[in-house]
Amino acid sequence: MTVNMTKGQAISLQKNDGGALTSVRMGLGWQAAPRRGLFGSRTREIDLDASAVLFADKQPVDVVFFRHLISDDGSVRHTGDNLVGGVGQGGDDEAILVDLQRVPVHIDQIVFTVNSFTGQTFQEVQNAFCRLVDETNGQELARYTLDGGGQYTAQIMAKVHRAGSGWQMTALGNPANGRTFQDLMPAILPHL
Amino acid sequence: MTAELVRGQNHALPGTRLEIRVSAGKPIVAGATLSDEGRAVRGTSWVAHPGAPTLPGLEVSQQAAADHRLAVDLDALPDGAHQVNVMLALPVGVGGPVTFGAVAAPFVAVTGLDGTEIASYTITDLSAESAVVALELYRRGDAWKVRAVGQGYAGGLADLLADQGLTDARELAGAINEAVARGLARSVAAPPPRPADEARVRAAAQGHTAPGQPATPPDPAAEPPAQPVVPAAPAAPAQQPGDGGPVNYTHPRRQTAAPPPPPPAASPAAPGQHPAPVAGDATGWSLEERLYNQVWGMFEDLARTAAAYRSAVDFADSRMEQELDKVLSDPRSRIGDTGDTARAAARARHGDLVDQARAALDRDLAQLAAEAEVVEPALPVAFADWSSPVWQGYRAPMEVPMALRLGGLHLPERPDLRIPMLVRLPLERGLWIDSGRSGTDSLADADQLRRLALDSAVTHAARLLASYPPGAFTVHVIDAAGTGRSAFAPLVTAGVLDEPPATGAAGVTAMLKRLTQRVDLVQMAVRGGVADALPQDLDTGEQLLVVNDFPHGFDDRAVTRLRYLADEGPAVGVHLMMVADREEAAEYGPLLDPLWRALLRLTPVPEDHLADPWVGHAWTYEPPAVPPGSQVLAHVLDRVGAARRTGSR
Repeated sequence: MTVNMTKGQAISLQKNDGGALTSVRMGLGWQAAPRRGLFGSRTREIDLDASAVLFADKQPVDVVFFRHLISDDGSVRHTGDNLVGGVGQGGDDEAILVDLQRVPVHIDQIVFTVNSFTGQTFQEVQNAFCRLVDETNGQELARYTLDGGGQYTAQIMAKVHRAGSGWQMTALGNPANGRTFQDLMPAILPHL
Repeated sequence: MTAELVRGQNHALPGTRLEIRVSAGKPIVAGATLSDEGRAVRGTSWVAHPGAPTLPGLEVSQQAAADHRLAVDLDALPDGAHQVNVMLALPVGVGGPVTFGAVAAPFVAVTGLDGTEIASYTITDLSAESAVVALELYRRGDAWKVRAVGQGYAGGLADLLADQGLTDARELAGAINEAVARGLARSVAAPPPRPADEARVRAAAQGHTAPGQPATPPDPAAEPPAQPVVPAAPAAPAQQPGDGGPVNYTHPRRQTAAPPPPPPAASPAAPGQHPAPVAGDATGWSLEERLYNQVWGMFEDLARTAAAYRSAVDFADSRMEQELDKVLSDPRSRIGDTGDTARAAARARHGDLVDQARAALDRDLAQLAAEAEVVEPALPVAFADWSSPVWQGYRAPMEVPMALRLGGLHLPERPDLRIPMLVRLPLERGLWIDSGRSGTDSLADADQLRRLALDSAVTHAARLLASYPPGAFTVHVIDAAGTGRSAFAPLVTAGVLDEPPATGAAGVTAMLKRLTQRVDLVQMAVRGGVADALPQDLDTGEQLLVVNDFPHGFDDRAVTRLRYLADEGPAVGVHLMMVADREEAAEYGPLLDPLWRALLRLTPVPEDHLADPWVGHAWTYEPPAVPPGSQVLAHVLDRVGAARRTGSR
């Protein structure tokens, strides 16, 4: 069962059968908006990038993005940079896999962000979504739609954080501006 | 997106280099005919079949199989060919099913070279037919299209070929059936069929056109003290432009003929526990490749689990420091015991986190140690420690292993957990066994270090000799001052050297001149695409030059030649092993820096100078050690020497 999340909503990452989640995937998919006007056939590529920043007590410790695809401890893995997006059929164009059991003990929050590397605002992106999938059985846990985006080039999507002995996910959906996650750091900090 | 075609439907093809995959569940014959604009096949030379599997731009497999991959390069077809007809037939006279009605519906797919399906077609409505035209690829203007045909023939291949306009269709069908029957008979008698392409790759690698040689990955921060252990890079097929040979469409590292034996299955784990580790529990097409990947997997896992632990401990330390500072600067902490309580709390928080991190580390280390325990005894000789029993039963190998063990690697968190340090063969860079004292805090004195360096050079050379088939690897030794005579004695007495170690300045010059010439010749031949024009007496096997006591006996010209060998040699199979102390060559100044940098530095005593490619930890390198009192080295060298003399195993 998929939960369509709204901004600020938190869900606990428990399986339906009550067991704790062990491995989740944050998937990102998008499609370039069709171009209006005379030269409709000219391709215009949009490169969105998914990143994950690992925090220990509000200190950034590690980051997983297209230039550093695996966190040093191996618990968070990016499946690779996609420069053009998909055909909008709902598949993930970029994905970040988190092995929750292997996350080092001091990491207590993982923040997921999306940036437009090529600089288009989210107004020009179609069918963009981010979703959280239980990697062990492929079940979608939560989906967050980016459509109707405004004049901004980045979004702080969600955070996965420790709660008790398990993990929780909170949808943030906070617009920001920046080309890579570094530009977003000031915008991320209030959400920790 | 795959287009699923129905009979008669066509679909545009995006490219001209394609693969056609067939799967039928039962062994079938796959072939193809070419036809011209008038849809006529211009004779038997336009038919690719198991008896004549290769045409320009087209290759089919040589035997009946349940799955086929046909390589097609539409740009390379003979002039006048406008259509490729893919045909399938049931083998005749081998006791299998005689009509397609008795087998599952054959499935054919056209894919790009990367394996993405472009179009697929399931031939569903067959019954009494024993041969069928599955697909046709045809030219429409400048582009190519594929059409699902599905035309069956109850009269078999003979009818099919006759229908395509071949006059001697019956003879050709007979020849095809005979070739298939021969192939089936062979596949029972012989060991698992050796894929033809692998032999080609190997032969080519010996001639150093090198489609199978791994590309050197970018080497970040190769400066000592921390040299990265270069990971296995996927091989890039390096087709020399214009060398005139047939285009090899097969993936250089992928065997297509026989599916790999299934990896050993781990026994099911008790709930909540990790499964018991199994040797060879990794991906790969052979047990050797699986073990290699498993060792590298363990290397990465250990690097990452140590990174998690160190990062957690660092964080705990800095947090405690901050908290203690805060207590110190808070005036309230001076009253009563609030300060002490706060300090104790900070320390307790630190201890808690470190304990948790240590528990996670211990859990992972125990898992890896258990894995190492089963993997180590399973390693083949080229990967195995000298203490492994596999060395006792050593026989000269038939082929070159994919990698070689240069020693062991460990981290201070658990020194007894040693990861074999495996490097790909052929060697991509030379080796430098450092006989100097720089960087070591070992108690051994200079003479002892020098002797240890020589001994470890001899064990490396012995392992290289033992890993290559007899005659495929030659070791030359330069020992200008003769100081290594006793250390090199095992190599000399076992008869594994073609000639005694070169001594004196004249010996050094002659040896370097010969090897430089060899590098030049092979390089020229490879660049010019005339590898067969090399002199008959030129040894095209791999060569290793061991240099002791550098720069003793070297003049400026010899130094230049040595640097040339270090730079250009590895690509054409001439490798360098320096046993040297950098300090002794200090008078050359920065001139030699590139030489030292180009070599992989190994030490004769354990030293933490190697970095992993993922996190960059400093790993302690342990040189390979022959167990004290063991005769294993002499035993193996004897076997190598005997194999070299008789040319057999």
